[in-house]
Amino acid sequence: MPTRNVVLHVADVHKSFGGLHALSDVDLQVEEGTIHAIIGPNGAGKSTLLNVCIGRLAPDTGAVVFDGQVITGKQPHEINQMGVVRVFQTPEIFPDLTLLQNVMVPAFAKRDGAFRLNAMQSVEKRTDIRDMALHWLEDVGLAGQKDAIAASLSRGDKRRLELAMGLVQNPRLLLLDEPTAGMSRHDTNSTIDLLKKFKGRGMTKVIIEHDMHVVFSLADRITVLAQGRIIADGPPDEVRGNPKVQEAYLGGAH
Amino acid sequence: MFNNPARNDWMLLAGFSAVILCLPILLEPIGAAYPALMQKFCIFGIFAIGFNILFGLTGYLSFGHAAFLGVGSYAAVWSFKLFTMNAIPAIVMAVFFAAAFAVVVGYVCLRRSGIYFSILTLAFAQMCYNLAYSVLTPLTNGETGLQLTLNDPRVVDGLFFEPSAGLPRVDLFGLPISGGGYAGFYLCAITLIVCFYIAMRIFRSPFGMMLRAIKSNQNRMRYTGFNTRPYLLAAFVISGMYAGLAGGLMAATDPLVGAERMQWTASGEVVLMTILGGVGTLVGPVLGAAVIKYFENIFSSFDDHALHGVLGFLPNSIENPIVSFLSLFVGDGWNLTLGVVFMLIVIFLPGGIMEGLRRIWNLFNRRPGNRDAMPVAQTQPAE
Repeated sequence: MPTRNVVLHVADVHKSFGGLHALSDVDLQVEEGTIHAIIGPNGAGKSTLLNVCIGRLAPDTGAVVFDGQVITGKQPHEINQMGVVRVFQTPEIFPDLTLLQNVMVPAFAKRDGAFRLNAMQSVEKRTDIRDMALHWLEDVGLAGQKDAIAASLSRGDKRRLELAMGLVQNPRLLLLDEPTAGMSRHDTNSTIDLLKKFKGRGMTKVIIEHDMHVVFSLADRITVLAQGRIIADGPPDEVRGNPKVQEAYLGGAH
Repeated sequence: MFNNPARNDWMLLAGFSAVILCLPILLEPIGAAYPALMQKFCIFGIFAIGFNILFGLTGYLSFGHAAFLGVGSYAAVWSFKLFTMNAIPAIVMAVFFAAAFAVVVGYVCLRRSGIYFSILTLAFAQMCYNLAYSVLTPLTNGETGLQLTLNDPRVVDGLFFEPSAGLPRVDLFGLPISGGGYAGFYLCAITLIVCFYIAMRIFRSPFGMMLRAIKSNQNRMRYTGFNTRPYLLAAFVISGMYAGLAGGLMAATDPLVGAERMQWTASGEVVLMTILGGVGTLVGPVLGAAVIKYFENIFSSFDDHALHGVLGFLPNSIENPIVSFLSLFVGDGWNLTLGVVFMLIVIFLPGGIMEGLRRIWNLFNRRPGNRDAMPVAQTQPAE
């Protein structure tokens, strides 16, 4: 396998909440253009890790380096403007806006930057933004409901909407927190297809997932977290056979 | 007809302008067609439109907007005293000082959201109100109120005219603005139409869309790559400028300012106007402002005598109890009527008068074919 650029480097991150060590000595490298899955039992620190990556939580020690730049301590919008996009575990959408507007807002962030006082411009005239948004709504299969209010969607559809909101920004690094939780098997498979479609186009993906079907159909590399530590890291076949991983999963299940 | 949003907007603007310019005819039957009242409708309409840009789009509820109204008024009267009686420089100064003040207040208050933001703005406004009575007396003339005097320098006017005897009037290149004439009303009316147009552009702009998104989910906005603070500050300053403009017009039509203009009741009034008319709609705040000002001026002038006149056809034994009951709601009791109307609207029509109008419109336009299409159309308040 040719060596690729490391696009995300979580360097010796430690984070504790009171006496609980949520993350200890986590050191993780994500290569450009790959799909990197992070798995682990409940409470292993997976979501904490993502929160550290997008600047929602500050690590106690260590740093997160994206594309050669330290991003710990930056504002969430600055991290996004660098090309890091997060899709949340509970859908974070704009419930009062239409689906089309939901996707147009992140498209504006991509085109116009973090702030622009374009109060005298007309949304109607920004067909570039509108077309981008429609394109992605079609890809997630929601174009037919573009004028519906987002709050009226089912949970699975809200996740797909949020995925479109992430993809429209054409991120360099997409962080997905259980993108298929709450979806039917059919929707799960179409989401897998969607994520595969954009594999290796300079878009790196980090996925947190419980569903092993999803993990093994997508991931190029898997990192296993248990009790805040990395216990295994490697290609899917290697991780599948790792006795420590089986112990963590089977042992945690009892 | 409804497929072209740009054309709909022009029709809305044309309709709105026509109604505003024809107010002297339209209001004749309800006894409100005198310029002094109609210019109040316009001034408070501007105030409420501006307030709605902040509250309706971002959801940030300011309880201190009267402070900007007051700052605008003081700035305008100082312009009359120091420079010229022309209304234009006074209004420009009013907007400028309100904007500068809004930058400072907004910068501090927008560090918090929700109820804490409301309390901070309220505290700021009350501080201004009290300062106007105490420390700032040289600027505000304290309890007497700031007014024109014969000794005012009026440097610019002094270069061109011989000072006449008596207090001069505010004018606009010869047209008398103060004193309750039609020129004053039309100045306010045209300003209102321009303000309405600007608000409409803001509502339809990407900027307006971002403000709506902030209201809907501010957290998501940050992770979407937006720095929400400057958006909020811009909305706050724009609405402060609208308030300053309203204050400037108030001073132009009646050049006398007291600090009570900045009291919290005045801030609360614009909140009521906006909610009554319809939060987040374009026309709603203007309607709300007109309804409240109408109640304040017309309902409060009814008395027992007038009620007896209206109900005179009833036998005395019935007439007297009815009159004594109704008299609770008119005259000094107009606030009670307003309170009851406000409660009914908030409970039954949370979207205000505009929602009521929309429901009536739907009632008459509901055809079997398009019944299913209705919920979609409610996304944007359909003015």
